[in-house]
Amino acid sequence: MIMLDAKSPSGPLEAQWSGYRDHLKLVAPTNRRKFEVVIVGSGLAGAAAAATLGEAGYNVKCFCFQDSPRRAHSIAAQGGINAAKNYRNDGDSTFRLFYDTIKGGDFRSRESNVYRLAEVSVEIIDQAVAQGVPFAREYGGLLDNRSFGGAQVARTFYARGQTGQQLLLGAYQALARQIEAGTVQMFTRTEMLDVVVEDGRAKGIVTRDLVSGEISSHAAHAVVLASGGYSNVYFLSTNAKACNVTAAWRAHRRGALFANPCFTQIHPTCIPQSGEYQAKLTLMSESLRNDGRIWVAKEAEDNRRARDIPERERDYYLETRYPSFGNLVPRDVASRNAKGVVDEGRGVGPLKNGVYLDFSDAIGRLGRDAIEEKYGNLFEMYERITGENPYEAPMRIYPAPHYTMGGLWVDYNLMSNVDGLFVIGEANFSDHGANRLGASALMQGLADGYFIVPYTIASYLAPHLGETVTAGGAAFQQTEKEVSERLARFMQASGKRTVDTFHRELGQIVRDECGMSRSKAGLTRALQKIPVLREEFHANLNLAGNGEGLNMSLERAGRVADFFELAELMCIDALDREESCGGHFREESQTSDGEALRDDENFTHVSAWEHTGDASSPILHNEPLEFEAVQLTQRSYK
Amino acid sequence: MKLTLKVWRQETKDAPGALQTYEVDDISPDYSFLEMLDMLNERLEEQGQRPVAFDHDCREGVCGACSMMVDGQAHGPQARTTTCQLHMREFTDGDTIVIEPWRATAFSIVQDLMVDRSAFDRIIQAGGFISVNTGSAPEANLMPIPKDVADDAFDAATCIGCGACVAQCPNGAAQLFTAAKIGHLSLLPQGQAERDTRAVSMVEQMESELFGSCSNFRECEAVCPKAISIDWIARMNRDYLRAKLKGVTRR
Ligand SMILES: Cc1cc2nc3c(=O)[nH]c(=O)nc-3n(C[C@H](O)[C@H](O)[C@H](O)COP(=O)(O)OP(=O)(O)OC[C@H]3O[C@@H](n4cnc5c(N)ncnc54)[C@H](O)[C@@H]3O)c2cc1C
Ligand code: FES
Repeated sequence: MIMLDAKSPSGPLEAQWSGYRDHLKLVAPTNRRKFEVVIVGSGLAGAAAAATLGEAGYNVKCFCFQDSPRRAHSIAAQGGINAAKNYRNDGDSTFRLFYDTIKGGDFRSRESNVYRLAEVSVEIIDQAVAQGVPFAREYGGLLDNRSFGGAQVARTFYARGQTGQQLLLGAYQALARQIEAGTVQMFTRTEMLDVVVEDGRAKGIVTRDLVSGEISSHAAHAVVLASGGYSNVYFLSTNAKACNVTAAWRAHRRGALFANPCFTQIHPTCIPQSGEYQAKLTLMSESLRNDGRIWVAKEAEDNRRARDIPERERDYYLETRYPSFGNLVPRDVASRNAKGVVDEGRGVGPLKNGVYLDFSDAIGRLGRDAIEEKYGNLFEMYERITGENPYEAPMRIYPAPHYTMGGLWVDYNLMSNVDGLFVIGEANFSDHGANRLGASALMQGLADGYFIVPYTIASYLAPHLGETVTAGGAAFQQTEKEVSERLARFMQASGKRTVDTFHRELGQIVRDECGMSRSKAGLTRALQKIPVLREEFHANLNLAGNGEGLNMSLERAGRVADFFELAELMCIDALDREESCGGHFREESQTSDGEALRDDENFTHVSAWEHTGDASSPILHNEPLEFEAVQLTQRSYK
Repeated sequence: MKLTLKVWRQETKDAPGALQTYEVDDISPDYSFLEMLDMLNERLEEQGQRPVAFDHDCREGVCGACSMMVDGQAHGPQARTTTCQLHMREFTDGDTIVIEPWRATAFSIVQDLMVDRSAFDRIIQAGGFISVNTGSAPEANLMPIPKDVADDAFDAATCIGCGACVAQCPNGAAQLFTAAKIGHLSLLPQGQAERDTRAVSMVEQMESELFGSCSNFRECEAVCPKAISIDWIARMNRDYLRAKLKGVTRR
């Protein structure tokens, strides 16, 4: 029986982390090199952890599947990173950032973790600036801030539209310094395909060299997964193409619980799909909603060009339905409403799959130059992708899967229920509840990697001093064998369909039934379709080439196989959670005017799922959430 | 659209390679260049053939993974655009397009259009950082940095490490890549303490790799998807010379 102990400290929130840290065990500097730590991932979370543990003197091995750690998906983050610096003197504080994050997550995250996140946020900015991250500055030379995602204070630090790039390069450079110093060994183009668990403890990982095809084992005293989120289960998302759930899923199959898998975020402002072979969706920054007005025609099947539709025949639906927030309602609300009008046949564009985001009023009011100054690069990007000029015709946007709040369950130490298996960054479930606020994922990844896991991992390692680890034992041999056999099974399949056709079809099912809006009927449908398609996938897959060398189809086959199992768990979780909260909207649970309705009495908990060997029948464990510092309120944006 | 593609196919690093011809049709002008290649690959897979290997990930022009010569030009015909952001409307129905990997001695071919750019990582490892351990940073606003200095540093820091500069350079030189990082860090007050050793270490690491030398062809600047200016190279040369005159050696 698995006991879920969050290990949250007691006492007043403000004193929890410092008090806890003071009592964690330490590893003396001269002993640190006696420990091996494996880190899977070189994004913000992984690179920050690898660099920091390397600086401390541990022996670190870091893995990524790209050709360089600098290319991890974090590089693509645009908008910014939050920190409670209160440089603007607008009343921000650790408590406010904590409160906004808990409330934004619709009260489905842990107070202790979120408070700590807000607390260390300020150190992240100091660290990044010292590394040379070129954040935007004011004329006086001090750091600039902006307000992001509807926040009432300006606490977002940014580097033009490339905040993720600059933060990642900062972490990558710190990592490079440790690689040069010999404390970190970097493995690029290497994919982790399993965790080795023995007697309930993580002992290392099994990897495949993506160029030679070679399978190897790496033993460690502790394993850290920093492998990112799973939005690509939807096939089309704003994530980088290769983002996948394999590292987390393999750990799940080895015993790590998967928490709140149905909590996914669909971002409202992305460029709509343009054709069948489309490979990904592009995010247009949320900041556009500050000046753009969202509308569709009042009547369905209105085929006129935007400019030919007179004002009175337009429906500025967010402004009408939410007079106080208007176009700035939170992401989930904006997304759901866009889906609503498109489903009514009022979508715009050649495929009728978008809504307008119109800047003509703002251009009229502020002048074209002012708009160009603010959004020039975004307008250019939009034009490059769609071939349309947004100064002349309104942009077309539609929601797209963007971020996954769910992930592997971790306690206050960021350790999963498997001893020695830590999970950080987007891969864990810890801080964002049922909905993530803008500019807080970068904050969480770096908080976990720079400032939290280095402390908690030391405390885990300390009692294991003197234990040697080797990759030769029975558990490693068995895991390697299972990995090789699984790859061989993919290669032996001699069916007719390519991996991508399956992934596309799976994505469509999950998008339709477990996307912006979920219902009992739809989820039940999905739970019938997914296992059938999964069976076809294993029987009717067509893979070219062999497993010996570089084989991109084989890589994708393994990832898609894991997405199939995850998709089923997402639907099971969504079906079980008979309430609406954050990004999880159950049609059966809404207020009389169609807004999300939480059920605090029955669902103020984390749903953590245990794998049983059969993807269709996982076991549910609950971690009750207790709130002492905040009061649960129903969100309202009317 | 219907197109004829001539694509470089090469099994492994040391195997011989050759251009192979493929016909693709039903290409929508709204596809990105890489979506066009995805479509080719899916058709190849359906016929049991090995798909064309190429690096890519973000598909938003920022990770620097995508890397191919399109009709002899790094990232293709559109200025300031990575291959993933290039769209098929830049081409005409019936075109023949030649697609090759980055060609440079320092970037060996892994397979087809995929090359090994680890030399770039080694240049950064040699000194492309500011030595500051986690936890030892001072309060961020203690040191104001004039906005124009921060903005200039940012311009250099936007380098995505794709390698187009090396691929387009007739000599296969890596000056623009190296100079951009040296420039970014040496402009900032935080980067001053290591300014001399950084310049020497990075330049000498670059020279120890198989890159050629710079003879001011300016091709790098022209193909750089982030429009990084070759003025950074002059600045790097000054930093390097100054450090050498002071007798500074590699770290
Ligand atoms: C377009 C876009 C814009 C965004 N903008 C913002 C923003 O403005 N502000 C904000 O706060 N957040 C933003 N986000 C979210 C944020 O970027 C991510 O949540 C965050 O960067 C995730 O970081 P990470 O370190 O957890 O994982 P990632 O950066 O995804 O890194 C995962 C790493 O794990 C490796 N990996 C994964 N699986 C394996 C395996 N099996 N074997 C070996 N290696 C593996 C990968 O190679 C990679 O190095 C944005 C996201 C997107 C998609
Ligand atoms: S795929 Fe990332 S820059 Fe092209």
